[in-house]
Amino acid sequence: MAERLLTFSIFRYNPATPEIPPRMQEFQLDETPNMTLFIALNRLREEQDPSLMFDFVCRAAVCGSCGMLINGRPGLACKTLTQDLPDRITLMPLPVFKLVGDLSVDTGVWFRQLNENLEAWIHTDKEFDPRSPEERMDNTLAQEIYEAERCIECGSCIAACATANMRADFLGAAGLNRIARFLIDPRDERSPYQIFEVVGTDEGVFGCIGLMACDDICPVEIPLQQQLALVRRKMAWAGLTGK
Amino acid sequence: MKWSEAHISDVLVIGAGLAGERVAIEAASRGHTVTILSLVPPRRSHSTAAQGGMQASLGNVAMGYGDNPDIHFEDTVKGSDWGCDQEVARLFVELAPVAVRQMAQWGVPWSRVVPGKRTLPDGVEVEELPEKAGLIAQRQFGGTAKWRTCFASDGTGHVLQYAMDSVVVKLGITVHDRCEAIALIQDGQECYGAVVLSLRTGELRPYLAKATVIATGGYGRMYGVSTNAVINEGTGMAIALDTGVVPLGNMEAVQFHPTGIVPAGILVTEGCRGDGGYLLDKNLHRFMPDYEPVKKEVASRDVVSRWMVHHMHKGFGVESPYGPHLWLDLRHLGEAHICTNLREVYTICANFLGINCVQELIPVRPTQHYSMGGVRTNIHGEAVGLKRLYAAGEAACWDLHGFNRLGGNSLAETIVAGMVVGGKVAEFAQEAPLIFPFSLVEEAVAAQAARIEALRRRASGSENVFELRKKMEETLLEHVGIFRTGEGLEQAVATLKELYQRSQDIRLRSSGLGPNPELFAALRLPGMLRLALCIAQGALLRTESRGSHYREDYPQRDDVNWLKRTLATWPAGADMPAIDYEPVKITELPPGDRGYGTMPIK
Repeated sequence: MAERLLTFSIFRYNPATPEIPPRMQEFQLDETPNMTLFIALNRLREEQDPSLMFDFVCRAAVCGSCGMLINGRPGLACKTLTQDLPDRITLMPLPVFKLVGDLSVDTGVWFRQLNENLEAWIHTDKEFDPRSPEERMDNTLAQEIYEAERCIECGSCIAACATANMRADFLGAAGLNRIARFLIDPRDERSPYQIFEVVGTDEGVFGCIGLMACDDICPVEIPLQQQLALVRRKMAWAGLTGK
Repeated sequence: MKWSEAHISDVLVIGAGLAGERVAIEAASRGHTVTILSLVPPRRSHSTAAQGGMQASLGNVAMGYGDNPDIHFEDTVKGSDWGCDQEVARLFVELAPVAVRQMAQWGVPWSRVVPGKRTLPDGVEVEELPEKAGLIAQRQFGGTAKWRTCFASDGTGHVLQYAMDSVVVKLGITVHDRCEAIALIQDGQECYGAVVLSLRTGELRPYLAKATVIATGGYGRMYGVSTNAVINEGTGMAIALDTGVVPLGNMEAVQFHPTGIVPAGILVTEGCRGDGGYLLDKNLHRFMPDYEPVKKEVASRDVVSRWMVHHMHKGFGVESPYGPHLWLDLRHLGEAHICTNLREVYTICANFLGINCVQELIPVRPTQHYSMGGVRTNIHGEAVGLKRLYAAGEAACWDLHGFNRLGGNSLAETIVAGMVVGGKVAEFAQEAPLIFPFSLVEEAVAAQAARIEALRRRASGSENVFELRKKMEETLLEHVGIFRTGEGLEQAVATLKELYQRSQDIRLRSSGLGPNPELFAALRLPGMLRLALCIAQGALLRTESRGSHYREDYPQRDDVNWLKRTLATWPAGADMPAIDYEPVKITELPPGDRGYGTMPIK
C-alpha cells in the first residue's frame, strides 16, 4: 500500500471557551500500517494539538467509550482502521448526547438515566442464601441472555436512530434490547405486563418507526431487529391480555 | 474554594470497577450514603475487559470434581511463590464460591454445565454428569490443579460489571463519573476525603466522607506496552503514596501476561491456553512441553512468560517489524468452540490483526498485565498508616497475590474484597462521626488549585509532558520487565529520577482550560513517576527471584533473606521512596516447590 497523507477534519468546541464558536479543524497525518483511529487521534493530540478532546478506555472494542461519527456514520473509533477509509476523514461527536468537548460526549449519564427508567435490574423477592448452591439454568438460555447482555452502551444505535434524534425521551434500540434481556431471564420475576407498563408506550417500543439503522450499525452486532420484534410481540400480547 | 460545592457522604469510593462498586453496594445496603467517583462511566471500567473468568472451587465440571477451598488455597499460595498473606488467601478461597453465586442471583448469565461426553484437545475423554446439569460451568486456567474458572462465554468481566452496576442503579447509589481524585485530604493521622478534579470542566471540589476507599485498579499504562485500558495510570496508588504515611506493598511485583497480541498489546484470554491452545515458535514447534513437561502451556503466567522470552532470546522468535513474537495456535479447537467460548478472541483478531484465528496463527508476546502491588492494607482493607482510608482490588496489596497472580483470581478478588472491605467500611461508618478540619480541607484544595493555576499560567517550565511520559514508559519496559538485572535497574532508577525532576518543570502547549487532556496528563505524571521509582527501586533492592520478579543475576528464590514484603513510602519533599520490609504471614503452607517453573533458566 502506498503511504498516504491523511487529512482529518475534526469538530472542535470547548465549553470552557464559549467565545470561540464550534468549528471544523483540519489536521494532516502520515498513515502507518494497521493504523486505527485510536492511534491517529492520540498522535494528533501528542504531536499537533494537545487540547484535542476524545474518549478511549479499552481501545479493544469492549468498553463502548469511543463512539463517534466517522465520515457521517456512527461507529467505534478504536476498531476503525484508517486503511478502510478514504484519505479525507471527517470526525464529529455523536448526536443526541450532551457534548463534553470536541469528540467527547456524555454517554454515561444518559445510559444511567435509561437504566433507572427501565429499572434494568433483576427484580426478585428471593433472599440470597450464601450456603446454598446456585440455582440451575439451561446453558442455552444462559447463552441467549448473554447475547442480549453483550450491548456495550456505546450509543451508536441511539445516534443513528431517527426517532432518538427527534425526541429526547425515546428509549432507543439499546433500551429495548436491555428490556429484552430481562424479559427472557426467569430470575427477573416481573410479569410481561409489569414491563409493558414501563415500555409499552410511544417513548418505548411503539415509538420505533422501523428504519433499522440500529441493526446496521451496532458495533458488536447484536441482532437488534430481532430483539425489537421480540419485545414488540411480547408487549403487544401483554397489552392485549393484561398479563 | 466555595464550601457550597463540598460534597459530603458517609462513604466515598474512588473507582467504579468491580471492587469499588461491590464496596459501595455493601455500604449502601447497610444504610449508608455512598458516593462513587470514576474517571469514566462505571460500565466502561477496565473490569469489563476481563474475558476469561473468575475462580471459585465449585467442583461442578468433570475436570474439577473434588475441588474445594483447600486446593484453591494451595494453588493461590504456590502461584504467589509464597509471597501472599495466607490469612487473606484463606478468607478469599472460602468466600469466592459465595461471590460467584451471588453474582448469579444478580443476573450474571454464567455458562452452565451441559451433560455428556467430549474429547479434550489433548485426547483425554471426559464426561459431564447429568446430576450436575445446569450448574455453573468451569474452565481450566494456568497454575491450577482443578478446572475452577467460572465464565460467561467470552465476556465474563463485562457481564459481571453490568450486573454489579445494575445493583448500584437499583440502590440509587450516587455516581459522579469523569471525576478524578487528585489528592487525599488528610493530616497524617486520618483521611477525610479527597480533592477531586472534574474531567468535564477542569474544576476542583472537595469530597468529604467518614471513610474513603481507593479502588482505582492498576498502573499498567506506565509501561509502554500493556494489556490495560488507557485509564489505568495508578492514580489511586499515587495519591495514597503522596500522603507520605501510607506504604505501597510489593510494587516490584509486576505481571506480564503471556498472550498480548503484536503490535496492539490487546489481551487474548488465558482461556485460549486453558481451552487447549498451543504456543508455537518460528519453526511451528510447540515448545512449552520442552520446558514444562507437566503443566505445558498452563503453568502460571510468570513462568510461561519467562519461557517465552527465553525461547525468543535463543533465536526461536518470529521476526516482525515490531520485534520478535511467538504464535498462539487455536486452529485445532475448531470453529464452533472459538466462535462461542473464545469469540472475543476471534473478534479481536479480525478487528486488530485482520486475521481469522480459526485458520490462522495469532502473533503474541508477553505484555504487561497486572500489578500485584498496591496500597498496603490489612485483611479488612484498612490502609496501613492512615485511619479512615481503605483500599480494595488491584489498587490494593492486602495481599492475595504475592509475587504472581493466578488467572481468574483477579475478578474473584475484586468481588470478594469488595464484600469484605465494604462490610468493614459499613461497620466503621456506623460508629464514626463525620468530622473534618475546615482549614485542612481549604488548604488541600488550595494546594491543588495552585498546581493547576501554575500550569495554566505557563510562566515557566519547558518540558513536554508527552515526551517525558514516553521516556518513562520505555524505561520501565526495557529495564523493569520480565528479565531484570542490577545494572539495568540502576540505570532505570537514574533515568526515572531525572524524569521526576523534569516533571516538576512541565510547560503546557495549550491553554489548559476546560476538559483539557494536556493539563490532566501534566497533573498525573509526577505521581506516576513516583510509582515508577517505587517499582524500580524495589526491584533493584530485591536480590532474589520470586514469581514475576526475575533477576538474572539472582535467579534463585531466597527464603532466608527475602521471604518478606517490600513497603515503599514517599517522605515529603524526597526524590526517592523510602523502602522498608515486613514479614510475610505463613499460616498453613510453608515455602516449598511450586511444581513448575524450575529456576534458574539455563
